[in-house]
Amino acid sequence: MSNKSVPFGSGTREVPAQKASKWYPAEDESLPKKVRKTPRPTTLRPSLQPGAILIVLAGRFRGKRVVYLKNLGNGVLLVTGPFRINGVPLRRVNARFVIATSTKVDLAGVDTDKFDEKYFAREKESKKSNEEKFYEGGKKVKGKSTPEARKEDQKAVDAALIKTIKQTPQLSSYLASNFALSKGDRPHLMQW
Amino acid sequence: MSTEVQTSNWRLVQIGRIVRIEEGPYAGKLAIIVEVIDHKRVLVDAPSCTGLVRHSIPLAHLILTPIVCKSLPRGARNGKVTKVWEKEEVDNQWNKSAWAQKLVAKERRRQLTDFERFRVMVLRKQRRFDVRKAAAKA
Repeated sequence: MSNKSVPFGSGTREVPAQKASKWYPAEDESLPKKVRKTPRPTTLRPSLQPGAILIVLAGRFRGKRVVYLKNLGNGVLLVTGPFRINGVPLRRVNARFVIATSTKVDLAGVDTDKFDEKYFAREKESKKSNEEKFYEGGKKVKGKSTPEARKEDQKAVDAALIKTIKQTPQLSSYLASNFALSKGDRPHLMQW
Repeated sequence: MSTEVQTSNWRLVQIGRIVRIEEGPYAGKLAIIVEVIDHKRVLVDAPSCTGLVRHSIPLAHLILTPIVCKSLPRGARNGKVTKVWEKEEVDNQWNKSAWAQKLVAKERRRQLTDFERFRVMVLRKQRRFDVRKAAAKA
C-alpha cells in the first residue's frame, strides 16, 4: 500500500494512503487461488483443411457429408451441404464431432468473409410477463421462417461450390449420400 | 469292380518349396526351404534383396505355396538360393498366382478412401443391376 505525506506540525509525515480497516475478520477467510493458466487458441487436426469433405457425427445432420468452408475459431467449423445437394445449410459444427475425409473441393470463388460467430447470433426476443405467456399458451406457436438474407447468402455460396463439385463425376451424389457403418466396418482401421 | 489308386496331391514340406511366412518379423514375405530340421521346424532363406535373413522357423508360422524349385540342392547357401530363385522366376510365378493377386486386391480395398468406397459401392450396384437384367432376360 502506498503512503502519502501529510503536513504535521512544522514538517510532514508519511501516512498510509488508505486507512487500515478498524476490524479484522474473526475467522480466516480463504483467498481464491490465482489462476496461472492462460487459454490457448485451439489447434485443429491437420486433416481439417478448408475445402475438405467432412462427415458430421452428431446433431440433426449426423451422417451427412458436408463441405468445410472456414475455421471460426474455438474449434468451431463453418460447413455447408451444399444446401441444394443434401439439405445441410450454412452451419457451425464442432470439430470434435466430425470425420475429415481426404477428398477436397476447390473453394475458389466462394466468399466466406461475412460469416463469423456474429452472423449466426440468435435474435433476442423481448421478455414477456408471465401473464402474457399464460394467455398465449392457447395460441399455436408459429415456426420461425429463415430470413431472406440467409437464403440469399446460401444461394451465393452454393452456386460457386456446385460449379466446382460438378466437375468431379459422382462427387455430387457422394455428398448427397449418408454415411453409415455396416457389419464388419472398423472405423479406426479405415482410411478416410 | 475296379479301384483306382492315386498318389496324394498335397503340397509337401520339401527342399526348394516356396513358403509364405505368416507370423513374426518377416510376416508376409516369401522364403524357400533349404533344410528340414525336424517335423516341426525348417530352415528358410531368400535372396538378400528381400530383407529376409536365413533362419529356422516353425512350420506353424508359414504356409506352403504350390511353387517348388526342384533344382535347389539340400542345404544350399544364400548365393545358390539367389541364383535358383532368379532362374525359376519365383517372384514372377508368385505375382501371377490368384493367391497373390487376391492379397494385392485386399490391400487396395483396405487403402480406399471414403469417396473411393462410395464409388465402389456405385459400381457394384451397377454390376448387380446388369447381372439381374441379363438373368431376367435369359
